[in-house]
Amino acid sequence: MSAAPKHAPTMAKMSFADKIGPWLPMLLVPAIMVLGLASIPSMSSWLTLTVSGLAMGMMIFIMASGMTLVFGLMDVINFGHGVFISVGAFVGVSVLMVLASMTEAPSLVLNLLAVLLAIIAAAIATGGLGWAFEKVIVKPVYGAHLKQILVTMGGLIVVEQLIVVLWGPEEIYILRPQALQGAITFAGAALEKYRLVAVAVGLVLFLGMRYVLRSTKIGLIVRAGVENGEMVEALGYRLRLVFVGVFVAGSALAGLGGVMWGLYQEVITAHMGQQMMILIFIVVIIGGLGSVEGCFIGALLVGLLQNYIAFIEPKAALISNIALMVAILMWRPQGMIPVVKAK
Amino acid sequence: MSDPILKLEGVYTDIAQYHILQGVDLEVPRGGVTMLLGRNGVGKTTTLRTVMGHWRAKTGKVLLDGQDITTLPTPQIARAGVGFVPENMGIFSDLTVEENMILAAVSGPIDPARLEWVFSAFPPLKTFWKGHAGNLSGGQKQMLSIARAMVEERRLYLIDEPTKGLAPAIISTMARALRELKEQGASILLVEQNFSVAKALGDSCVVMDDGRVVWSGEMAELATDAGLQERLMGLSMEAHQ
Repeated sequence: MSAAPKHAPTMAKMSFADKIGPWLPMLLVPAIMVLGLASIPSMSSWLTLTVSGLAMGMMIFIMASGMTLVFGLMDVINFGHGVFISVGAFVGVSVLMVLASMTEAPSLVLNLLAVLLAIIAAAIATGGLGWAFEKVIVKPVYGAHLKQILVTMGGLIVVEQLIVVLWGPEEIYILRPQALQGAITFAGAALEKYRLVAVAVGLVLFLGMRYVLRSTKIGLIVRAGVENGEMVEALGYRLRLVFVGVFVAGSALAGLGGVMWGLYQEVITAHMGQQMMILIFIVVIIGGLGSVEGCFIGALLVGLLQNYIAFIEPKAALISNIALMVAILMWRPQGMIPVVKAK
Repeated sequence: MSDPILKLEGVYTDIAQYHILQGVDLEVPRGGVTMLLGRNGVGKTTTLRTVMGHWRAKTGKVLLDGQDITTLPTPQIARAGVGFVPENMGIFSDLTVEENMILAAVSGPIDPARLEWVFSAFPPLKTFWKGHAGNLSGGQKQMLSIARAMVEERRLYLIDEPTKGLAPAIISTMARALRELKEQGASILLVEQNFSVAKALGDSCVVMDDGRVVWSGEMAELATDAGLQERLMGLSMEAHQ
């Protein structure tokens, strides 16, 4: 055999287009904000709509983030994901009703504490439900997409009916904790306090998830598992445990999102999760399967666009999200930041 | 011969309706490189994947150091000390070279001395340490794939066609790295189509045909007997280059 020549590779200088390519989806959010600013005559209206859009986007992100990971890591199409939103909302609201003395107190600390306890209870309940859902409904149909759609849809119907049995068929109207009602005025714009809290919670959760996925070994295993689960197992990691962990975490996040969404809408129904599924699917698809970052950007785009369009041309709001999905998929057929190639 | 590190006894493996392995009996001696040779489609890759538990043996036994691992889940087989380099390399493109290596070090942080050794075997990995593995060239991806197996000491290395489709210069780098690994006393089962590499590295050799082992012996014996090569593999392997 001949001796190898000296192999000294160097980094090629990337063109501007190459450098900016991965960040283009991220730039869509400020771009859509600037477009909104140009289209909405009043600065205060724009600010109000922007905060509202960001809050809506953050809540959609919280609800959808678990689903994109489950989709990417486990190749499971879980049409039952919405049920965790509904159950989370009902459990959370029930806790808030029990903690009425805290929610009605004119104290921001007590109000936030009550919401935090409701969120924790919802996350625990939906995490547990997620564990059972995976074991009973999803596990037997790994690798069979059509069966997954059918049985997870069936699971959703069953759990929705259980909610009706436990909490009754009527929608439940709720009041947000006292300190989170009303709005603050900033630069002439009325900004609802609760929406600001939702933005903050969404941002913290996104940064937390990003940290876990990017800077911890479990995050590495999840990211690698999304790409090539078989190889992760060949390295010695029990991917099945990671699957279950991600499913439980994704369900708990959906439950948390359900509480947030319920308080945002100030009404909860057994079908609220099912109704959110269309938006969640749009966000997961345009974000790119398995991508938390893509899901985050997609959710913000959906939230902002829906609010801007509803203000500018209310009738067009009905198709704005579908139009966004068509446009994104024409630009990037695998979604904005694809992690998993279409299987 | 001392106890083999790996032993397959009458292993049959099916993939869907196809009977791929049809009674494989194979021994990999402790220490040194055992070449697994044979034409395309005779079951070499399936043999490695059956040992790893990716595909299950329908009947027969897979023994690692005397322990029956036939039905163990893949992660347990890996943690028992089997390093696997698949034919498709199996690198994680979305992760950096560093993250790929961190993931491969299952028992804890990477030993710095061992990492330096890996870098000396595959210098490009040091250059692109923080770069995405998906941006590496084919040869560099193969280096990463082998480096992941080398980053920790394993009882047995299963390596599937590491030189496939690579330029001669890179093949030479691969062969040097594998020789270093062998000199450290590692046991390697290597599937290889490049006869120069097989001849240079192999101590013992197993030839498969039609899902069975049809010959096993010393690599030197096969390398010097063109008639045997012709009989076992249909043509002289020198002519195959």
